[in-house]
Amino acid sequence: MSDIAVRVENLGKMYCIGRAQQRHDTLRDAIAAGLGSLRPGSTSHEETIWALKDVSFEVRRGEVLGVIGRNGAGKSTLLKILSRITEPTTGRAEIHGRVGSLLEVGTGFHPELTGRENIYLNGAILGMRRTEIARGFDEIVAFAEIDKFLDTPVKHYSSGMYVRLAFAVAAHLDPEILLVDEVLAVGDARFQERCLGKMGQVAQAGRTVLFVSHNLASIQTLCPRVILLQGGCASDDGGADQVIANYLGQMHSKSLQPLAVRGDRGGSGEARIVSASVASRDSGQAALRTGCPVSFRFEADRSRPGMSIQFTIYNAYGRAVANFNSALRGSEDITLELVTSHFECHLDELNLAPGSYRVNVALLADRIMLDHVEAALMFEVSPGVVRGRPINSPLGGGDAILPHRWEVPR
Amino acid sequence: MSRLPDEHGPLVPLPMRGQAAQVATVIIQPTHGWASLQLGAVWEYRELLFFLVWRDIKVRYKQTALGIAWIILQPLLSTAIFTVIFGMLLGAPSQGAPYALFALAALVPWQYFSGSLTRVGTSLVNSAHLITKVYFPRLIIPLSGVISTLLDFAIGFVILVLMLVVYRVPPSFNMLWLPGFLLLAILTALGFGLWLAALNVRYRDVNYLIPFLLQIGMYITPVVYGSTLIPERYRFLLALNPMTGVVEGFRWSLLGGLSPAFTAPGPLFGVSVCITGVVLVGGLLFFRATERTFADII
Repeated sequence: MSDIAVRVENLGKMYCIGRAQQRHDTLRDAIAAGLGSLRPGSTSHEETIWALKDVSFEVRRGEVLGVIGRNGAGKSTLLKILSRITEPTTGRAEIHGRVGSLLEVGTGFHPELTGRENIYLNGAILGMRRTEIARGFDEIVAFAEIDKFLDTPVKHYSSGMYVRLAFAVAAHLDPEILLVDEVLAVGDARFQERCLGKMGQVAQAGRTVLFVSHNLASIQTLCPRVILLQGGCASDDGGADQVIANYLGQMHSKSLQPLAVRGDRGGSGEARIVSASVASRDSGQAALRTGCPVSFRFEADRSRPGMSIQFTIYNAYGRAVANFNSALRGSEDITLELVTSHFECHLDELNLAPGSYRVNVALLADRIMLDHVEAALMFEVSPGVVRGRPINSPLGGGDAILPHRWEVPR
Repeated sequence: MSRLPDEHGPLVPLPMRGQAAQVATVIIQPTHGWASLQLGAVWEYRELLFFLVWRDIKVRYKQTALGIAWIILQPLLSTAIFTVIFGMLLGAPSQGAPYALFALAALVPWQYFSGSLTRVGTSLVNSAHLITKVYFPRLIIPLSGVISTLLDFAIGFVILVLMLVVYRVPPSFNMLWLPGFLLLAILTALGFGLWLAALNVRYRDVNYLIPFLLQIGMYITPVVYGSTLIPERYRFLLALNPMTGVVEGFRWSLLGGLSPAFTAPGPLFGVSVCITGVVLVGGLLFFRATERTFADII
């Protein structure tokens, strides 16, 4: 009996993009395509993409492994294959032990059913025995703090209650190997903390855990070992601190490449973002300081009617801090009805705590994504002053400083 | 109020899934060609099947004002309409039985078939959220469709029995054959449903096709008329439709005491059974062979 819980060998998954696009296709399309391929001169090669390629690793019994990577790096595909939801195209995986997979919270919850009924239904869907659910029932209810609403249909639940109940059921799944996909990205902060605590307990109880997340901070807390997926390949595997540091370093060097030549982008490609920059508007102050006025500038290689830009600022741990959208306009905004390829976003004060940040940018037209670049821009914020208050170090919590004023109540 | 079934009595403890002292090992690798049916895996997941059936039944009538009355009204209204149009206005022969009884005896199994086929055919697409997030043998989903519709059948059957009592139809031993005819209806619905469900994942046209097919099916099955209306030498054509065997079988078992015109299942019934067998086995194989792509294209 080996002490290996999961062994993955040269695992690969290919998707046909051609097929994926006609997924709501009709018989007529299929017939037309069939006829089309008979026509001389028309090549019928389907475009394919390897969502996962040649990934190999082993997880020992009781090990807690984190998997990180950008969107589309193959993290979810890996979990789906290990959960047996989809089949690999190449390679194989061996799993020794009972698997519980949490790809989302509340799978199969039915709004018309009561909390009590959903606990049983969801438990059965996650692979629990009725007797197991019955045994853990009181604990689940206590963890979710919904005892008063046990016999209320969940459609009347607040979203917080809903998520708590869903997680409580999942947390009482008692598998030998747990596969988790970012389910912690829901619920309020206090609940997230409890979820992380529960995950830590699971790990300490000698369970094997595979944890996929964008949240580098929680990966770092929970997982001693981390695998980095890039373009479907496992490009790094080792201690959490080292892998995460390398990953952040790579993101940084990526952002130093000229945007126009970067190939790691999404969207239809009809227009591309060719430059992104941020600059202080403080005269004589080049460095970005907390509280100083700044401008973000973006340029696309062409313009399209109705084109808008969206960017999101993330902190060093991958948590989104703020989102900006040129399609949401008020009276202060210049009407962008005129077709433009240049966008400029002014912030009167940069209300971010000192630290490093990165920006993901997307170009959209008619709700179609034209271009999407992760870490299009990285910037450091130095200590500064916000409305007379010196901000020298990272804040006690959060990264944003909202405008405010202290008073003595009368 | 809603109570879970296990609160009514003690449960027989079930063995842990596939493991006791030794650890279960799963090998994940690409499969090719025709997969095995894996009926054992379906049996392992029988509890999930039970919960899906239970959910279907609970949810179906939870928000309707008349609730269970709909199941009762459906066959009654259809029978009334058919009796007026076909029985009274067109004077369709009913082989010596009251037309209403003649129609209802066929409508109850037919409506089971049509309800099951609709439910099974759309079942995978309606469960897309489960298929893309959790593993279980996908066959569970269509199976829960044919099983949960049995409740509608049971209620319809009770009405039918009440009608038989009202019309003072003498019961006969032919009735012992009813479970067999019902089984044939279940397997026929499952067989055709599996094909439609798997095709529906790829081609949503099936959603529009199903009502259309059922409408045609209703007329090529002797529901509003009897198969005696068809010249003897063409009757084998009717038997190619397995539901003919089911419907005629229901009439024979229930109304056989009224008139000798209701004949016992003959060789043509054997044809119906064979066709169902072929459709079902083909459907299972097709379903299993396409199952591996469901999560990717649904």
